[in-house]
Order: sequence, then C-alpha cells, then structure tokens
Amino acid sequence: MDTAYLIETIIKVVVVLLIFSALAGIGTYFERKVLAFMQRRLGPMNVGPFGLLQVAADGIKLFTKEDIIPTNVVAKVFKLAPVITAATAFMAAAAIPFLPEFTLFGYTVHPIVADINIGILYILGIMGVGLYGPLLGGMASANKFSLLSAARGAAVFISYEVVTGLSILAPIMMVGSLSLIDFNNYQAGGVGDWIIWSQPVAFVLFWIAAFAETGRTPFHLIANDHEIIDGFGTEYSGMRWGLFFIGEYANMFFISFVIPLIFLGGYGDGSLLGALGLLGKMAFFFFFFLWTRAAWPDVRPDQLMWLCWKVLMPLAVVNIVITGLVMMF
Amino acid sequence: MFEAIAFYLFAFLTISMFYIAVTTQQALYALSAIAAGMLFISAFFFILGADFLGAVQIIVYSGAVMALYAFGMMFFDTTREVKEKHGNSMIVLGLSVLVAFLVVVIFAVPLVSGNITALYPIVEGAGNTQEVGMVLFTKYLVPFEVAAIMLLVAMVAGIVLAGKKMDLSLTLMNEAQIRDMRDEENKKVLS
Repeated sequence: MDTAYLIETIIKVVVVLLIFSALAGIGTYFERKVLAFMQRRLGPMNVGPFGLLQVAADGIKLFTKEDIIPTNVVAKVFKLAPVITAATAFMAAAAIPFLPEFTLFGYTVHPIVADINIGILYILGIMGVGLYGPLLGGMASANKFSLLSAARGAAVFISYEVVTGLSILAPIMMVGSLSLIDFNNYQAGGVGDWIIWSQPVAFVLFWIAAFAETGRTPFHLIANDHEIIDGFGTEYSGMRWGLFFIGEYANMFFISFVIPLIFLGGYGDGSLLGALGLLGKMAFFFFFFLWTRAAWPDVRPDQLMWLCWKVLMPLAVVNIVITGLVMMF
Repeated sequence: MFEAIAFYLFAFLTISMFYIAVTTQQALYALSAIAAGMLFISAFFFILGADFLGAVQIIVYSGAVMALYAFGMMFFDTTREVKEKHGNSMIVLGLSVLVAFLVVVIFAVPLVSGNITALYPIVEGAGNTQEVGMVLFTKYLVPFEVAAIMLLVAMVAGIVLAGKKMDLSLTLMNEAQIRDMRDEENKKVLS
C-alpha cells in the first residue's frame, strides 16, 4: 500500500464527510421549504435571504444547547446511540461511486472511497447496522415511548432487510457482480440498457424498502410524532439529537445515490452529462422522499408488517424465480 | 505492516468486547458488546481478502443480535442491572483459560507440523463471491441443502406453534361446524 493511495483515500473520506454533513443540514432546509410550498405556507423566511441561513441558526442552536443525560438512563449506551446512526450512515458511503472518474491536474481521481467487489452487500449491511442507533437510543432511554419506538425499529429492521435483499437479488443475478461500478458499466449503453426496464418489480420493491430503511414518512413509525412523541429521540437534546438527524438525512442522500446506480443507469458512460444525470436522478429521489412526506399519511405498524410479509416478500420471491427461469432458458 | 496493525487492533477490540459481554451485569451493555464484537470479527475476513464472507458476517449477525435485543426487551427492564448468582469465580477462570489454551493448540499443531494444504485452491480469475459459490454448490452442496431444510422445518414449526386454532382444518369441517365456530367467536367479541 503506497503512501499516495493512503493520502488520496484520506482526502476522499474527508471530502465525503464534509459534503454530506453540509448536505444533511441543507437537506433539512429543502424539506421545510418543499413541505411548506406543498402545504401553501412559506416555510423558513426570516433568517437570511429566503430563510437560507436558517440552517446555520439551527446548527448554532444544536451545538450550544446543553447536553442533558437524564437520570435512570443507561448513560454509556445512551451517549453512543446517536454516534452509531451518524457513523454507519457515512460508513455506507465508502462503497458508493458518487461520480465517474475524472482527471484533475493530470491525476485520475476515482470518486469512490473503497472499490470493494461486494459493494452492494456492504452498503446494505452497514445501513442495517444503522438501525442499531434508534434501537439502542430507545432501549437506553428509560422512557416508554422510546422503548415502543425501539421495538418498532427492531421489527422494521428484521422485516425490511428481507425485502431489500430479495428485491436486489434479481438484478444481481442479471449483472453477475456485487460491485456498483459493474452495475453501472452493465447499463452504460444508454437509456435502453437500464435495469429498470427488465426489473420493474425489483425497482419498486427496493424503492419501497428504502423508505422503511431510512424511516421516511409512509413508514415513519420509529419516531412517529403524533403517537410516540419523537420515539427514540424523546430524551435527547442538543447535538446528540442532531446526530440522529444528520444520520437520517445522510442515509436519504446515500440511498438516493444507490437506487439510480442499481436501476437507472448511474452515471452512464462517464461523460460530464452522465455525471450530471446521476446528480439529477439523486435529486429526484431525494425530492420524492419529501414529496411523499407531504402527500401520504403514515401506515399503522401492523399494516407495515402485513405489507412486508404478505405482499412485498412474496412478490420479491416470485420475481427472483421468474428472473432465474428467464435467464436459464 | 498495515495488516499487522489492523489485525492486532481488531483482535484486541474483539476480545475486549466479548469480555465486556461476559462480565457486565447490564443486559444492554452485554448485547451492545456482542453486536460490536460480531462487527469487529468481520474485519478479519476483510483483512484476509474474503470480502464476501465479511459482508455476510455483518448482515447475518447484525440481524441475529437484533433478535436478541428484541428478547431482551421482552424479558427485562434493560435499564436496570441484572443480579447474577456468582459461584466460585476461580473455577470459571481456570476452565476458560484451559479451553482457550486447547483451542490455540488445536489450530496451531497443523501449522507447526507444516502439513496444511488447501483442499480447494483458489481458482484463477474468479472473484470472491464466485469462489464461495463454487465450493458451496459442489463440495458442500448436501450440507447446504440440509441446512436449508432445517431452516424450513424451524419456520413451519414456529408458525404452527404461534398460530391460533392450528389443530382445526376448515377443509375437513362441514358448513354447520364452521358456522358454529364463527358464532362462538362472535359471542366472545360481543360479551
């Protein structure tokens, strides 16, 4: 392992961390603005032009608030839980190719931190571990609402990992590789080569499961405001609560990168247009997360389980079997 | 050098995590330490170049430990300490040191005598995942399928044990019996 590689990796890690923690902050601004416009309100307006500095104001507020550790909580686990959420979200980013490789001052940059050949499995695994954050936070909190949210977290985790894994199996069978770069190259021929045309069911299932994995609105049961307060976050204050938030938004951005990379051609042939295309698709999927939140109600926990085990999982299995048969004959 | 540093770092971390899991009286600490230990074990697979097994270790054990958490949630108040009965701790210590020593001997003897060979050498040009697949579906096909059947049996058994009225079969009952059963249920709801 030579030093240049080491330095390059460290720089890439720092860049990814900085960009996406900043994006997580700006993501909250977008969410509030989009929700506001969809509900015919104005959203953040007072701090800075168009309320843009609201992000900075929120940041200052979170950083300077007192970090309260209530009595009766299991202090070490309680303090650790938000860090798990944020850290695992960023760990998953290590295997995502954010852009095609490009040349900067005569040096070829690969915008992926670690090009491991099992990228998809790694991302799914680490995103699954991310649910330990809400679970531990909820269980350590000595609060009944938090415990309820932890129980829901465990249920969602165990159920929707199955759907994600099974739905993505069919495209993996077609491509014959677990690396996201191989996925991209498989679809490099243009719009006609996108996997969504041959695997529409897998695409929809993966998309639905992405909402469960990131805990977004139709499946926002882990921290459902109107029945269990803020769920696992009820007892948290200041930046620890903020870390949960950064983790959630970073996860949303990363899954918005993963969906186009797997199903919608990624960055295509690697030209500038392809790179912009990937960013555009990412932006659409991120926007869709917000759109759903404005448009749809939450489902009940039992409906969530029903949907997973009686609808999505059988569909995924049938999809795999059909894909296998088609590939065999 | 990086591999050596990583190995010793993760070996230390893994052992200390499992030590916490065994010694602590707080159920939540024990569970979290097990989860962390299982994650750190995956690092050894990554160091050895077995990426696929490393990722599978993360996925399988994070799910399995999550089920343990669920049990912990159902059976204790996880924010309180569990009072354990302690026997003679010297016996436990002696036995565990002996077992650890034996395990090291078992694995070290073939290495020392130098007659260790790979039964299924690495196939040139095949990726990590493909190699696992080749071994799994040739040499170990039967154990693999038997494991699948055992999981299926466990799943059916779980559904039968947890399901209500599994001893009745609607296909074997005539209309009148089914109507009686429905009426019975409705009475219970109304009363």
